[in-house]
Amino acid sequence: MDNLLKTQSLEAFYGDAQALFGIDFELNKGELVAIIGANGAGKSTFLKSLTGLVKSKRDAIQWKGQGIGGLPPGDIVQLGLAMVPEGRRLFPSLTVEENLKMGTLAKRSGPWSLERLYKLFPILKEKRNAPGTSLSGGQQQMVAIGRALMSNPEVLLCDELSLGLAPIVIREIYNAMPAITAEGMTVVVVEQDVSLAKQVSQRLYCFQEGTVSLQGASDALSREQISLAYFGV
Amino acid sequence: MLDTVLQGLLLGGLYGLFALGLSLMFGVMRLTNVAHGDFIVLAAFSAIGLTAVLSWHPMLLGMVIVLPSFVFGYCVQRYLLNGTLGKDPLPSMVVTFGLSIVIQNGLLQLFTSDPRSLDAGDLALDGLALGGEVYVGQLPLLIFVIAMAATFGLQMLFKHSALGRSFRAVSDDREIAELMGLNARKINALATALACVLIAVAGVLHGMRTTVSPSDGPMLLLFAFEAVIVGGMGSFWGTFIGALILGMVQQIGFYFDPGWGIWFGHLVFLAVLVLRPQGLFPKTR
Repeated sequence: MDNLLKTQSLEAFYGDAQALFGIDFELNKGELVAIIGANGAGKSTFLKSLTGLVKSKRDAIQWKGQGIGGLPPGDIVQLGLAMVPEGRRLFPSLTVEENLKMGTLAKRSGPWSLERLYKLFPILKEKRNAPGTSLSGGQQQMVAIGRALMSNPEVLLCDELSLGLAPIVIREIYNAMPAITAEGMTVVVVEQDVSLAKQVSQRLYCFQEGTVSLQGASDALSREQISLAYFGV
Repeated sequence: MLDTVLQGLLLGGLYGLFALGLSLMFGVMRLTNVAHGDFIVLAAFSAIGLTAVLSWHPMLLGMVIVLPSFVFGYCVQRYLLNGTLGKDPLPSMVVTFGLSIVIQNGLLQLFTSDPRSLDAGDLALDGLALGGEVYVGQLPLLIFVIAMAATFGLQMLFKHSALGRSFRAVSDDREIAELMGLNARKINALATALACVLIAVAGVLHGMRTTVSPSDGPMLLLFAFEAVIVGGMGSFWGTFIGALILGMVQQIGFYFDPGWGIWFGHLVFLAVLVLRPQGLFPKTR
């Protein structure tokens, strides 16, 4: 398989506090990989390290065989690694459309454009001149996904898409996934909802206290295995 | 009284130019530039210094001085102030306070403490009759129009251009703005560069309208600051209207007693702080 992204004993720190203790992770082209784990397991830190928001050693993160750890976030998004951040983090003083246009700053060409996004999420077209944060949680999540897609990434990293959303809205968001992955987009989702993560992904990593406690094909892992890896008891 | 109000509004136009740069820098970076007034004085004295060498009209000088001011602002932000930004506002205030002292003393050394002005020739003397006994000076009117155009331009830039979008994005959430590929340090530098262009224009016009001396900076900073607070942080129009109110109130104070003008301005500023601390036109951008 075609390896896109690989981390080797990736460590990350917030000041003196270590958050990641040697993560080995692999991502192949066209995969949908889920990362699960309890609060504070290091899932978000891991995504932040990949995108350069948290610094790490240059060679600990390999993008197509090249060390990218600790590069400025702007350089990494230009390589084709985009993130939907935890809690959406839309720009409050920008309209929906302006938020989406922020994705084009990476200056990458590809299939995703405003028209195509509006086809995927028609409600956004309707509200395109409203302030980004005036929308409902689910709609804001669509904007956050759209903003990342507008940079036409090769890999889309999604941090807790379901955070704070009603189950029916979560379903709606995940229903858009097939349309996103149809052209071979590689996706990593961080999820708290284990059964949802198992359902949507092909492979699964479970993090526990900054290490990988379990990995494997999603349908091959049993509930007991996951429970053990998740809680460590 | 009508005359007083009118002159006050025209004075407010100049304060508007003072305040826009401060509002811009605070809006994008949450940076309070304590040396803002000294930057204005520095620009005025740069023009005064240039008139000693070149015999150009100050208006022309004002247009020429804009470019080096842009570069000055860019470099000050990029190589000095960017390092002071963070959650804590204190480092940036201390550093700009230091800049203020350096500029004041540098100018004192070069130009002595004598008040000076830029000779605008007929422009400063001619007036327009508005009927009745009301006259307005050509220069104050021109300053007012420039201030309004600058406010309009800045508001358009912020609302409708890619650069304005970047300014707002960095102001909202710097981390995510960088994640999207923006270089926040560069955006900040551009914001300060733009503020310094406004400062240069304000400084030259100020020098044409009245006199400047090296120690005027803190007072000009105070006027700019008061205009921003009275107007609220919502939009540049808010800042502009705040400046007009300040100018008008000061002029009314001067009308009653020459010593009361600035005091009246402070009173209104304090009243706004107590009664409506978010300013008259809060967040609408």
